[in-house]
Amino acid sequence: MTIDRKEFLRMTGLSLAALAAGRARAAGRESARDAVAARRWAMVVDSRKCLKKAGCDLCIRACNRSHNVPVIADRRHEIKWIWKEPFQEAFAPAAGGFANSQYQDRPFIVFCNHCDRPPCVRVCPTQATWKREDGIVMMDWHRCIGCRYCMAACPYGSRSFNWEDPRPYIRDLTTEFPTRSRGVVEKCTFCAERLAVGKAPACVEACEPGALVFGDLEDAASELRKVLSTNFTLRRKAELGTVPEVYYIV
Amino acid sequence: MFEKAIVGGRRYWLWILALFVVMAAGGGAYWRQLQSGLGITGLSRDVTWGLYIAQFTFLVGVAASAVMVVLPYYLHDYKAFGRITILGEFLAMAAVTMCMLFILVDLGQPMRILNVLLHPAPASMMFWDLIALAGYLLLNAVIALVTLTAERQGEPPPRWIRPVILISIPWAISIHTVTAFLYNGLPGRSFWLTAILAPRFLASAFAAGPALLILLCLVMRKVTRFDAGREPIRKLTLIVTYAMIVNLFFVAMEVFTVFYSRIPEHIEHFQYLFAGLNGRASLVPWMWASAAMGIVSVVLLLIGRTRRKESTLGLICVLVFLSIWIDKGVGLIVGGFVPSPLGAVTEYAPTFPEIAIVLGIWAFGFLMVTVFYKITLSVRGELGV
Amino acid sequence: MRDRGLVLVGLAVFLGVSTLPIWYNLASRQGAARPSLKLPVGEKDCVAPVAYMKTSHMMLLNDWRDRAVRRNIRSHTYNGRTFPISLTGTCLQQCHTDKAAFCDRCHAYSGVQGPYCWDCHVDPQLLREAPKGGDAVPTGGPDDHR
Repeated sequence: MTIDRKEFLRMTGLSLAALAAGRARAAGRESARDAVAARRWAMVVDSRKCLKKAGCDLCIRACNRSHNVPVIADRRHEIKWIWKEPFQEAFAPAAGGFANSQYQDRPFIVFCNHCDRPPCVRVCPTQATWKREDGIVMMDWHRCIGCRYCMAACPYGSRSFNWEDPRPYIRDLTTEFPTRSRGVVEKCTFCAERLAVGKAPACVEACEPGALVFGDLEDAASELRKVLSTNFTLRRKAELGTVPEVYYIV
Repeated sequence: MFEKAIVGGRRYWLWILALFVVMAAGGGAYWRQLQSGLGITGLSRDVTWGLYIAQFTFLVGVAASAVMVVLPYYLHDYKAFGRITILGEFLAMAAVTMCMLFILVDLGQPMRILNVLLHPAPASMMFWDLIALAGYLLLNAVIALVTLTAERQGEPPPRWIRPVILISIPWAISIHTVTAFLYNGLPGRSFWLTAILAPRFLASAFAAGPALLILLCLVMRKVTRFDAGREPIRKLTLIVTYAMIVNLFFVAMEVFTVFYSRIPEHIEHFQYLFAGLNGRASLVPWMWASAAMGIVSVVLLLIGRTRRKESTLGLICVLVFLSIWIDKGVGLIVGGFVPSPLGAVTEYAPTFPEIAIVLGIWAFGFLMVTVFYKITLSVRGELGV
Repeated sequence: MRDRGLVLVGLAVFLGVSTLPIWYNLASRQGAARPSLKLPVGEKDCVAPVAYMKTSHMMLLNDWRDRAVRRNIRSHTYNGRTFPISLTGTCLQQCHTDKAAFCDRCHAYSGVQGPYCWDCHVDPQLLREAPKGGDAVPTGGPDDHR
């Protein structure tokens, strides 16, 4: 059977088009299947309760332990999902001067804000980080190519990169959650794996003074919405349009 | 045609050997990086991009600058550039290849690079950058191969190559624009969040790229029988002059906007680069050297005597190249990360393995240029051109 | 043909060297033994038909990965039983408790170096070896880190 050039090109073109269409349809099917009930997870950090006990870091330890977060002494290579920042750094540039002097140097816990319009998701070239229907900005450590573009894009410094193999730096290895390998970026994922089995995020569960309120913004009856409607809250760098979903009561 | 690259004299082979030695050192250092991770570089949680991405950013400009010889010749029939357009295209190919290699060595999981194509993310500028660079490489490869083959056969190139060449003109502009888009769409990085970034990139590219091309022509005049001619060199010098003036003007615009508005978030990056911040000032001498070299080169370009003499012209081109390499490479990238979004001033200095990898990739680029130019000159030498 | 002798010798050397793995293994009788895999105690059924798992467990694991991470589907049903989708939690902790005697043995025999799952997914065996609360935990993954 002989085939001329025109016919060959036509067949190739049609096959490529069909392949692309098939891929596109598959992608569409995938997102329809993982559509969960419209929820928007958000968190309120009540710093008044947070500072009841000086030096308290229950949330940080709970998070690090349940996610095998390594403890690396070298500041350049450190990995942190949730940590403390002094007020003026956490809320720069709004903070400073005499305006908020009562909060100066007070530690505030900071972590990924799971923004509604996350710049990190916009820039990821492989969609290894993406925004779920329920609002969580999720990480896929199988797909991440370690380009660190998301780290450049995040206005909050919430993300860390594995500059080396993290295993030697993990204090209490747990089988609850995988570790990560070197060469991928990681951050807080609002404990998506715990939410999937009906548990609260590790930090929320561990917080004794109840400073962390986690809930669904779309649920008008939730404690989260009650707290938000009765307290003045600050969000970090709200003017950038990222719409962060972590609210701070100062 | 390609066999011409493996025929050469002692100097040629010594040069190739030297390049291979540097490449081997870079390869060894990269092997180490693959084994232990990017921690062997000077990068950190705050400064996540450094020398690798700086080279990539700078070299995209060099690649785009080929348009400065292609446009006058093919679009405006400026005959004087006839013999050097292919040199510009080959330089662009080498530069784009180096860009892609620099991105590859910067990845934490390079084996997964195909994920960018398997799971495309059209919202990401990095996705489009990959498409643009790959397309530009392909365009220039086809153009160079077709035109050189035609030249060798003593015939005009086929007519279908002309639209391909014309496409490469806006494509060249777009590769550097999309690279600027990588930076200037990030809301959290105020040093990069400026509409003028893409124009700045293009202006500095059109100064650094032709400067390098002039240097290569001067070198070839010394070590080969190829003489680009006075007219092309003069025109290229004119392009470098105007581009450098525009580049300095754009920098002045940035400085005014930042220092007149006095927004701390914007000023602090400039302060770190040119005066130091919180006692950290490792980049200050580099930035002032870059500024000095930029200004001196413009002055020398405006003075007829220094511009026309070959020895001083070579020096001027080196000054232009180095000035922009520092400013666009290290200054732009590291400056964007210091201070961090949380106000931390973390300094960056490349480590020896990092430098070895960088030099290794540069050596590979020079190898490509050497081989391509050798083939071109040999083809022309046969024709007695 | 002037160099016939040289060419024939060269060919013979090439054939000998390229078939080295075959007759070396034959001579040392090493390749003969198939690995003895330690099967799970108390569990006869897997999360999928055993025949399928033998040929395609990597495809199932890839599918699990996409389902759990990207689509938030965290459970898998087979034969009336529901399993949590977890390499460590289900596969290793419920059944294949000795990874070295099952997974690694077959992988080593087949020369399969691809899987780097263990760089991240924790082998429970590591926790049994090192006492809890110790400082550094050794990396349990294969030498070929990726």
